[in-house]
Amino acid sequence: MIDAGLRARHPEVFAPSPRKRLLRWAMAALGLAWLIAVCVWFDITPARFGRGLSGLFVILRQMVPPNPGAQWLDILHGLAESVAMAFLGTFVAALIALPLGFLGARNVVVNALAHFSVRRLFDGFRGVDQLIWALAFVRAVGLGPLAGVLAIAVADIAMFAKLFAEAIENADPREAEAIKACGGSRLMVIRFGLLPQVMPVLLAQVLYTFESNTRSAAILGVVGAGGIGLQIAERIRVRYWDEVAFIIILIVITVATIDHLSARLRRRLIDKSRS
Amino acid sequence: MADRAHIEAALRERRRHAIVTGSLAGALLLVGLIVSAIISEADPATILAGAPRVGIYLAKLVPDLRAGVLFAGTQTEGSLAYWMYRFDLWVWLLFETSQMAALATLIGSGLALLFCFPAAANLAPNRWVYRICRRSLEMLRSVPDIVYALILVWTFGVGPLAGILAIALHTTGSLGKLFAEAAENADMRQWDAVVATGANWPEAVRFAIVPQILPNILSYVLFRFESNVRGATVIGFVGAGGIGQELYTVISFNYYQEIGAIVVLIVAAVSLIDLLSERLRRSAIGIVT
Repeated sequence: MIDAGLRARHPEVFAPSPRKRLLRWAMAALGLAWLIAVCVWFDITPARFGRGLSGLFVILRQMVPPNPGAQWLDILHGLAESVAMAFLGTFVAALIALPLGFLGARNVVVNALAHFSVRRLFDGFRGVDQLIWALAFVRAVGLGPLAGVLAIAVADIAMFAKLFAEAIENADPREAEAIKACGGSRLMVIRFGLLPQVMPVLLAQVLYTFESNTRSAAILGVVGAGGIGLQIAERIRVRYWDEVAFIIILIVITVATIDHLSARLRRRLIDKSRS
Repeated sequence: MADRAHIEAALRERRRHAIVTGSLAGALLLVGLIVSAIISEADPATILAGAPRVGIYLAKLVPDLRAGVLFAGTQTEGSLAYWMYRFDLWVWLLFETSQMAALATLIGSGLALLFCFPAAANLAPNRWVYRICRRSLEMLRSVPDIVYALILVWTFGVGPLAGILAIALHTTGSLGKLFAEAAENADMRQWDAVVATGANWPEAVRFAIVPQILPNILSYVLFRFESNVRGATVIGFVGAGGIGQELYTVISFNYYQEIGAIVVLIVAAVSLIDLLSERLRRSAIGIVT
């Protein structure tokens, strides 16, 4: 039996304080009110939901069995295009971001104002989604995979620059100091003191981004930027659901394969950098 | 002396090995680049022809602002108000977009929370439940939300509901996997203790695992919310509501000034939400636990 004195001396152990309990109730009520308001605003009613779900079941039934259809060669070509777009876009972005990353790193560019403005610029660019870039580049260079490559590259430059800058800031400064002590120039400090340390980390990040870019390259075609997205959008428009299912399965398999390969490669890179 | 010769031989061997693997990786990369350049039609001539057009296009997006009349009314050409002449509509649409992302994140994390415990190797009642739940979460995760949106727009009609459900489905997959991994890292001694008091499976999950992983879950959810806001800004491209629909229209009609204005507003809104969510991530954990 718990004695009453103990309960009186340490009330917070047995139950949350009244203030905390009130706060929790207020948060729950606020959350519920918000939920109802949003449901009314977006016209989310059980009837509409039910209708949509029954429509979805009709589509799902038509998706089985998946069927490559007559234009299966186009599908495979679209898939290859997507992977190629992701590969090229990631490579170009990494290449351009490498010097930018050094500019954004605090231990390379010591000027605080320059560092701050470069970082904020990266942040601003990151807020613009790849699909927006793709839509803009389709207007600029025409329909096709090139617009997708450019969209991936431009959208990822800022992200890479930020990641690279952070990796460079985390590098051990003693190696750079050693090069400086030997009389190395600024460029030599970067090349021999920083680059060998951060290279495996940067490569791992590039590989990881390549993985996520194969995923996004699969949808850039929805706005006309080439790849498998174009194929899937076309087939959805004409309601060939069995072919849509086939393409989705193909995308899932491709993405899983690339994830698996790249994860193995990354693990090897990280092991190498530790040994 | 023998030692030294031995070391030098080993060093030479290592250097040779590095050169061989390095050039092999380089050649592989080069082949990959050339093949992908051919497939993606990125030959130098097209790029050179397209480069100035990209520059011109981006230059057109820059608003025509004049210093003298910067703060004049909506009627004066060159003022901020003239550039952002539909500011109220766009901000409202951005608010709608953020609410879509919030609701989608809520639905997605609720479903993920339901399915993550059977998908954790240490908690699943048996191997089959574990496998089915884990694979379903992976399947949900690997289909992009735009593809869901394309399909759901057919059945739920054009509008925010399709977008919300599309983002929620993708969120379920990605958060479910993260939650399951968090649950796998939980301390199992608390589980044993709760089970020893006679608790059944849901009770044990509630009192032994949830309190341990709640801070992790909250930060994952808020992080996901940030990226869902980004996703919600473009889900309207396929007719699923939010600012994306408006952006798609102005890009299609080449209303350059409007494109610039909306993109600036999106960047501002996304940064603001990132900032708020980072604050919230710290304080919310204190209130709930």
